This record gives sequence, C-alpha cells and structure tokens, in this order.
Amino acid sequence: MAVDSPVAQLIRAHRLRPIELLPWVVAAAAYFLASGYLPLGSQIMIMILFALSLDLVLGYAGIVTLGQAAFFGVGAYAAGIYSVHVSGEPLSGLIVGAAAAAIVGVVSGAIILRTSGLTLLMLTLAITSLLEAAANDATAITGGNDGLQGVAINPVLGLFDFDLYGRTAYLYCLAVLFIAWLFVRRLVHSPFGQSLVGIRENAVRMHAIGTPVRHRLLTAYTISAALAGVAGALLTQTTQFVGLTVLSFERSGEIVIMLVLGGTGRIYGAFLGAAIYMIAQDQLAEADPVFWDFWIGLLLVLIVLFARGGILGLMDRLLSMVPRRR
Amino acid sequence: MEAIVSILFLGLAYAMILYLISVGLSVTMGLMRFINLAHGVFAMAGGYITVTLMNRCGVSFGVALLVACVGVALLSIVLERCLYARLYGAGELEQVLFTIGLVFMAVAVVRKIWGPLPQPITVPPVLNGQINLGFRSFPTYRTFLIAVGLVLTLALWLGIERTNFGARLRAAVDNRRMAESLGINTGQLFTLSFALGSGLAALGGGLGADILAIDPGYAMEYLVYFLMVVAVGGLGSIRGPFVAALLLGIGDTACKYLVPQLGAFFIYLAMIALLLWRPAGLFGRS
Amino acid sequence: MSVVLETIGLARQFGALRVAQDICFRLEAGARHALIGPNGAGKTTFVNLLSGRLAPSAGRILLNGADVTGLPQAERVKRGLGRTFQINALFKGLSVLENVSLATAEHAGLGGKMFRRIGGRRDTIDQAFGLLERLGIADVAMRRVKELPYGQQRLVEIAIALALQPSVLLLDEPAAGVPSAESRLILDVIAQLPSAVAVLIIEHDMELVFRFAERITVLVQGAVLVEGTPAEITADARVREVYLGERHA
Repeated sequence: MAVDSPVAQLIRAHRLRPIELLPWVVAAAAYFLASGYLPLGSQIMIMILFALSLDLVLGYAGIVTLGQAAFFGVGAYAAGIYSVHVSGEPLSGLIVGAAAAAIVGVVSGAIILRTSGLTLLMLTLAITSLLEAAANDATAITGGNDGLQGVAINPVLGLFDFDLYGRTAYLYCLAVLFIAWLFVRRLVHSPFGQSLVGIRENAVRMHAIGTPVRHRLLTAYTISAALAGVAGALLTQTTQFVGLTVLSFERSGEIVIMLVLGGTGRIYGAFLGAAIYMIAQDQLAEADPVFWDFWIGLLLVLIVLFARGGILGLMDRLLSMVPRRR
Repeated sequence: MEAIVSILFLGLAYAMILYLISVGLSVTMGLMRFINLAHGVFAMAGGYITVTLMNRCGVSFGVALLVACVGVALLSIVLERCLYARLYGAGELEQVLFTIGLVFMAVAVVRKIWGPLPQPITVPPVLNGQINLGFRSFPTYRTFLIAVGLVLTLALWLGIERTNFGARLRAAVDNRRMAESLGINTGQLFTLSFALGSGLAALGGGLGADILAIDPGYAMEYLVYFLMVVAVGGLGSIRGPFVAALLLGIGDTACKYLVPQLGAFFIYLAMIALLLWRPAGLFGRS
Repeated sequence: MSVVLETIGLARQFGALRVAQDICFRLEAGARHALIGPNGAGKTTFVNLLSGRLAPSAGRILLNGADVTGLPQAERVKRGLGRTFQINALFKGLSVLENVSLATAEHAGLGGKMFRRIGGRRDTIDQAFGLLERLGIADVAMRRVKELPYGQQRLVEIAIALALQPSVLLLDEPAAGVPSAESRLILDVIAQLPSAVAVLIIEHDMELVFRFAERITVLVQGAVLVEGTPAEITADARVREVYLGERHA
C-alpha cells in the first residue's frame, strides 16, 4: 500500500508529531531559565490540566458546560480534607481528589446528561452553585468562608520537600501534567475519542451506527471530572490552602475562556490558552483588575465574532494561506 | 402564622421583581433560541440609571424609573441590531461566550464609573414605613412592589393575548418559519420584543433595588436566578416564568428565614429536581 | 422463507394526529421490498419506528423473532438493523474516510476502546476504504464531507449504512434529489446487495420501484392500504385512486 494512500494518511494523522514535544521543551527550559517564576509556572500547569479536562468534555464530546469548577473544587477540597484529617502524603491525596471528583462526575452526569441545551447548561451551573453553597455551610469540614486551614503536605515520595522557591512544586506539577497529557492524548486518538467527535458532530448518526451514546458521554464526563479533580488537588497541595473560590462560577467561566482562547478540541489549545491567559493575567491584572475584566470581555466577543477556533484556529488559517511546496 | 404571612408577602414582592426581569429573557430565548447570559446587564443598567438620577440629579422616583426603562430599551435595540443579530444562527457555545464577554465588559465599565460598593437607594418618603391592609401592617414599599408587579404582569398578559403584536409574537414563538411564511416580519418582531423585555428588566432592576442590591456584581451574581426562572418556567412562555418566579421568590425567602444556615442549598436542589422532572420547564414545550 | 422483521399492530400518534395506524408488516429474509405512498403517508415515520428513533404508542416490533420494541436504536443496530436517512445525517466536518471508519470501527466493537491507537486496527479503516472504492468515491476519501456535492454526500450516507453489514437494511429515498450519474451508481449498489440481506426501500420513483421490488406495500395516512407483488399493485384500483385520483368503475 502506497505511503500516501488515504488509509495511511488517516493513520499518520494520529501519530505523535515532533512539534507535540514543544510544550515539554518549553517547560524544561523554564525551569532553568525562569527560576524566579516557578510558582507561576506551577499554577499555569495546573490550569492547563484543568483546561485539558474541559477540552475532553467540551472540545471533543461537545457538551457545553459552565460547571467544570464543580469537579475542580471537589478535588481541591477532598485533597485538602484528606491532608488535614488523614495524611499529608501528596500522591495519595491526588488519588483521593480524583476519586471524589469522579464520583461527583458520574452521579451528576448520569442525572443531567439526559438533557441538552439550556437545561443542561443550567443544571451544570446549578450543581456548581449547590456545591459552593454546601461548602459554605459545612464550616466544620471545609472551613466555610475562611477556607480550609491546616493543610500540610509531606515531601513527594518521601524525598522531595516543598521548598520556598517552588522548585519541587513545579517539577511535581510537571510530572503530573505529563502523565495526564499522555493519558488524554491516547484517549483522544483512540476509537473512543473518535466516537466522541462523532457524537459531537452528529449524535443522531452515532445512534444509528450502534453507538451507546449516553454511555460514551457519561464515561467521558467522568474521566474529565477526575482530571479536573486532580488539578484541584494539585492546587491545594501546592498552595497549602483551599477556599470557596475553587467552586465559583468565575472559576468555570475562566477555564472556558482559557480553552476557547487557545482553541477547543485540539488538546494544545488547552496548553496555549491557559499559558497565555495566566501570564497575561499575572502581568496586567495586578495593575488594574477592572481593566483586565474589560479586555477579557472584549477578547471573548472578538473571538466569537472573528476567531472561533481560538489562537490555534487563527494559526491554521495563516498556515493555509502560505503556499505549500510539494 | 405571623411568620408564614410575612414570608409569603416578602416572597411575593421578590417574585414580582424576578418575574419582571426574567420574562423578557424567556421571550428572547423562546423566540430566537438565543442564550443571552447578558440579560442581567439590562436589569443592572436600569438599577444604576434609576438610582443615579434620583441621588445625583434629584429626579423623582417615577420619572427616574421611566427614563431608565425607556433608555435601556432604546439601548438594547442598538445592541441587538449591531451585535446580537450576527449570532442568531451560531452554536450554543458561541452565544454563551459572546454574552458572557458582554457581561464582563459591562461589569468593568460599571465598576470604573460607579465604584465597587452597592448604590444607596432612597425610597421616596410616601412609600416608606408601614401600611395597614386591614388585618395587619406590611412594609409599604413591598406592598407597592406587589401592586405594581401585578398590574404590569396583567398588562403584559392582556397585551400578549389581545393585541395584534401579541398574537404575532405568540405565533412566531410557536413556529417561526410558519409565521414568516404568513408574512410576519420576525426580525422586526424580535427587535421590538427584545426592547420590551429589556425595558421591563430595567424597570425590575430599578424597582427592586431594595431587594437585589445594585452593585457591579449584579449581572453575574443574580444571573443564576434569572436563568433558573426561565429554565424552570419554560422557554418562550409568558406564564411559566411567573410560576417559577413565585416558587423561587417565596422558596428563597422561606429558606432564608427558616433555615438560614442552609438557605441557598435547598433552592438549588429544588431547582435541579424541577428541571430534571420537567426538562422543558413547567410550561415549556419539549 | 423466514421473517426477519415484523410489526404487529404498530401505531403511533401525536395527540390527535395518527401517523401510524395498526400496521402489520412482514419482511422476509433476502426480500426486495418497497414502501410507497403519497407524501405525508408516514413512510419515514414507519422507518423511524422500526429503527427505534421513535417509540410506538402501541404494537410490537420483532427482529429475527425477538421483541425489540423497547430496545434503543443502538441495540437494534447491533442485532443487524441498518438504515439510511432521507436527509443526510453525516459528520460534515470530518473526512469521508473518517465518516465510514467510524461505522466500521463501531461495527467491529471497537468504538469504546480507549487505549488502542487508531492505527492499531488498520483493518477497519481498510474496510471503510474498500466500501468507498465500491461506491466510486475513493478519490474524495480525504475531503471533508461538507465540501462534497449532494450526490456524493448521498453515497457517503449509503456507505455508512453498508459499513454496518446489516442483515436488514432500511433505505429512505436513497436516490432522491441525486443527479443521474450518482443515482445510477446508487441503484447499481442496491441491485448488488447480498441476497441474504433483506431490503426495505422507500421510494417515489416508480420506475425504480418496479425494477427493484419483489413486494410492495402501499401506505396511506399511516395505514397499510394494500400489499402485494408489483403486478397486483398496478392492477389494484385503490392504488390508482390514491395516486391518480381515478374513481373505480
């Protein structure tokens, strides 16, 4: 079979390309070259993981949700409560966060994924608000409005203490993000991932080819929840604190903005969008938060009107205008 | 017993405000299938204009409300023609993102001009204090809200049922393509009803300044409530949001009084249950 | 001959509107069966009921003897029921090859596999490509469906249904609105379907119907008017009345 046959082309499209290693090169370089910014780097990687979780469910499966913060927050609180009451061991804390978020994900998904459109959107909002209200009220467990106090994290693998410069935190987040990336990438380039795209593009057709659509969506939703939970747990562990903002509508909105900025359904949109947003926010928002809100709002409006595919979409358009040599 | 009457009364006043603000959103979403998360901005604008005219320009309450209502309605026409009209066919995510972007921008502008603190509202003296309704006394302003709310609601319902405009609107909500093939100019219809809905929202924002405080976070904070009223009531329905507003208004007030530690939690739970039971809303069509 | 698809008293109403009334229908193994009737007779509704897209108000559906009335669409597909849509239901943003590969992968039971690489099961993609070659659209395999003209999109629609290797195939106006080059191709493909497959075709083109069908069912206002061989149908006065408005003598 010729190398350039359609079948070969299709298979090749899913293979790892060298440029996909770029984020890791950048991350490694940043460790050595931008050592003053490691705490920001950790936060960026946490947001990338959070955005990846959203991409799975929004970009690939096409479920429009404003409630991803629910899973992020549950993971954050679970890891925090675990460290306060059970053990400060970080890796098990991640698992606890993922598991708690996955449970919330599968239960809420089973209930709400029957609906669609505005009703589904509302339900995702309502569930997040519900959890936020619960966290606010259960002061004894969560610390309520003041946040959870007394989170203390042990050294990673018993060897690497969380230092003041954020070196351990950075490498810890990098390792977790790398593993998550491998996982998500494999998932997305599998028949399962393709079927999610099919469901997004035409759910009616997917039913008619024998796909158990609800089951696939619920699986994707649960996995996405677990990943968001890991991101939340990482946040708690690296900042040694968890407060109500992890469950806020702002959190959900922010992560949607980051993903859309980079480009949905592309994996690397999550990387690009989260990185650019966090860096811009760090540089610009401190000076004038009002200014920041306004420009983010304007950016959203402009993206929707002119650049629906986000930055990656714009890059695609630019590349397609460059004449190719063959 | 006393407490129950108080709760019902205050809840009813709250419900009136919620309804006035949300009914326009229901029509927008039912007619144009457009998810407008920025609807709260109109209510917020109405509140800010009313309060500013009263506090800084010494305008009377009634006039301030009127100016706010008409002003926001006109502004919304411009907004609809220039921006919203471009996105009518767009996907859900696009509409959500676009309107959230508008909210961010509006909130930032408001915060810049008026600052982050809630605006003080001075109720006109005649509406202050208590009024004796025979069997007991109630806060005058709340009574006024209920009265005005009921009158406006009745006017709205009569208008929708009896006027030509109302008939065309109902037809277009029911089956847009059919209405167009009958010669109904749905584009114009939509602009007009959008303006009406925004004007009502502004009125609700101004009237309800006592209940829903006028601060920059208004459009985001209360968005969930407006959306819940519309989703539970049923998109495109005029009566559905009334019932939903009653449920939410009275329920929320009851929870705040009876179980203040868990207030909001129960409301969200109830709303989730209602939406799962009737995904198209209580009066919606599936 | 064994009956592969059967409905017993199948009915469906929307309020007062009866779109399917007490339909008793039998499809035999290897059948070449046509469903005809005036517009609005309920033919597509019937197919939707058979495939599971619409739930009946009353009656039962038996597929290979088993009662599938309560089963969802995907289950019926797994048991060998395939269909095409009157209006194309395709993955417009994906390439033609990806469209059909989704179906072959799902049929091979791979759809839920998360940890296989797409390239790991090359045979399903080869299978899909083979179908494209048979339908003459192999040269546009990498093009996005939305870029294709209607006729070729229709061919993709049929390819997806064939990819499921159904034992019962429901074709909803497969050649409607298709230019003659592609429609000839479609008709050839239908003619060459394996004899073991039972085919029910909804059509308005009488020439096609009489060339293809061994049995014809006439549906009018949701009810079966008459059923029989092409000769019986042409001779039937009621059918003439329904189609041509003739009064019988």
